[in-house]
Amino acid sequence: MDPGLAGQYLLNGLMLGVIYAMVAVGFTLFFGVLDVIKFSHGDVVMAGAFVGLATFIGLRDLGIVSSLALLLAVSTAALISMALLGALIARFLVLPLRTAPPLNTLLVTLMLGLALREAVRLFYPNGSNPKPFPRLLPAEAYSFGSFTLRLDSALLLATGLLAIVLVHLLINKTRLGLAIRAVAQDPETAKVMGIDFERVVMITFAIGSALAALAGITNGLYYNEINFGMGLLLGVIGFSAAVVGGLGNIYGAIIGGFLFAGLQTVGAVWFSVPAYKDVFAFAAVILLMAWKPTGLIAEKSAERV
Amino acid sequence: MYRLAALALVFFAAAAGSGIAAAKETVKIAFIGPLTGGVSANGLGGRNSAELAVRLRNADPKSPYEYELMVLDDECKPNIGVQVATKAAADRKIIAGVTHYCSAVAMGTVDVYHRFGMPVIVWGAVLPDVTYAHDYKEIHRVNGTMINQNEVAAQFMTGLKFKKWVIIHDTTDYGKGHNKYFSEDLAAHGGTVLGTFGVTADQQDFNAELTKIKELRPEVIYFGGLTPIGVRIRSQMDKLGIKAVFQGTSGIVSDAFIEGLGPLAEGVLAFREGAPAEKLPGGKFFLEQYQKQKYPDPPEAYGAFAFAAANLIIDAIEKVGPDRRKVMGELNATRDHQSIVGTVTFDDHGQNMVPLITKFVVQDGRWTVWEDSEYARGKRKLAKP
Repeated sequence: MDPGLAGQYLLNGLMLGVIYAMVAVGFTLFFGVLDVIKFSHGDVVMAGAFVGLATFIGLRDLGIVSSLALLLAVSTAALISMALLGALIARFLVLPLRTAPPLNTLLVTLMLGLALREAVRLFYPNGSNPKPFPRLLPAEAYSFGSFTLRLDSALLLATGLLAIVLVHLLINKTRLGLAIRAVAQDPETAKVMGIDFERVVMITFAIGSALAALAGITNGLYYNEINFGMGLLLGVIGFSAAVVGGLGNIYGAIIGGFLFAGLQTVGAVWFSVPAYKDVFAFAAVILLMAWKPTGLIAEKSAERV
Repeated sequence: MYRLAALALVFFAAAAGSGIAAAKETVKIAFIGPLTGGVSANGLGGRNSAELAVRLRNADPKSPYEYELMVLDDECKPNIGVQVATKAAADRKIIAGVTHYCSAVAMGTVDVYHRFGMPVIVWGAVLPDVTYAHDYKEIHRVNGTMINQNEVAAQFMTGLKFKKWVIIHDTTDYGKGHNKYFSEDLAAHGGTVLGTFGVTADQQDFNAELTKIKELRPEVIYFGGLTPIGVRIRSQMDKLGIKAVFQGTSGIVSDAFIEGLGPLAEGVLAFREGAPAEKLPGGKFFLEQYQKQKYPDPPEAYGAFAFAAANLIIDAIEKVGPDRRKVMGELNATRDHQSIVGTVTFDDHGQNMVPLITKFVVQDGRWTVWEDSEYARGKRKLAKP
């Protein structure tokens, strides 16, 4: 295979990987801090994209034409609204169920995802049709032989990686991060030490959901098309990526996200019928889980007494 | 005195006339199509057109019945389609149906209509098997099949001196059918297929497939599938810098395709059976009436077929009465029926033998008939990689 082409596959895979990783990091944050699996996460991605689109349409109708201003407004609106939604989900759905069996949380968030999805389908104007998402990034493309690098893809990739790095720094280098890690390791002791448990959980959910909104906007800007059902598969893939990497570990989620994207790309290149690529990727995930049930990077505090 | 008698006569006649009008029997007809989901634009256009046929007939004082259209949504999903088809067919008050845009759904429901003995006319699905894979007398179709459109497509495209194709098709019966017939016809006309890619019907990311395709350097990318992923593929082609011509099938001839792509739709080709409504004898009438009713959505590519199908059913009911068996017999005997999509003649399988296929190219954000386009006159050129 000529290097230009290999590079192109690599770039496609990286783009997919960064979207998956952003979703997977959310799953892993929620699991890390509360040991819950929040299945509505994929639909939060979708809701974020739709909030972005609605903001764009509103501002465009007000006569704003600057791509940069629109882009900033779209991202801000999506990130803030989804962060709020995440905090609300934590406050009213997840925290009250803390003492209930974990299955209940799983079920409640699964239902919430369905409600979000159907709400967009029914209440967004013509919500059941695919919606064109605006091109707000510069569209210059640079070709080197059979390799084409688009400026917008490069920017999206950089933004996604930057966001993940920022979350990582936030968790590992700040006082807030210290509180989150303390709650993750031992909620009771953390409370004794004067950490506001509920607040930390809500903030963690807000961070994860804002990251999901960013994934949704990235998805929209990359494909220029969004639809109400896009969160479903993204959620499943994000969750698989987080589990493969080792739930509760941010590095694991990132590795899992890129691994899954890599598997899909390899699947699409190998098989004469590319429709098999998802089957291939999920089958590989099953094998990986059989080999390493705790994920590629096991959570450090795996043993709980 | 005579005058008074005449007046009284007129009065009585009017009273009798209105008496008949008030006692009109209500006859139910079903419309089934995708009203939600990715191809709902076509479904809504079809529904409005079928409803238009009913409204016009109800406004006609000469019509002996009052018609009621029962509208059902198949969501372009076979499982939902079978549910709603059963619902319609089990209701004995429904005499006949104008059914299905999606081939996979039309295929799944033929058994239902046969079991319940409900005559239907398919208004949009193009898979040949919908009419040809069985001997059910209940199933008819006003639009042509994908056999006709792919034959014309292969002949026309090779005539434009294109030689190298890549085929992308969805892995439903619909996409596979298009792949089969187009590949066969293309081979017969001397075109080469460099690669064939089956993709899932709700796939989001096509970059891996398109990167592979870019390496194959086709002149034309043939797409056998429906609007939503057609939009995604065309848009992602552009992002990867693939300059090939995008050739679709009747499945992408919709305004939603152009709306979803904007300027990127320019120069996309597609083929559909039947002439465009505005070119047909009754087409102008249809479009005028459609405008008058102020529907929020356009009739789309297959609206005229849904209108013609509803009219065929209504005509049959008026001739033999509201009885499923008799209506079915009447429909099966349809020969040289003048409709707004041209002459309708059903063969043994209830298939309309429309010989006409129209070639479309997108020019300035509109599906334009090829012969009328600036591409045909050489003013604009299709992309050559």
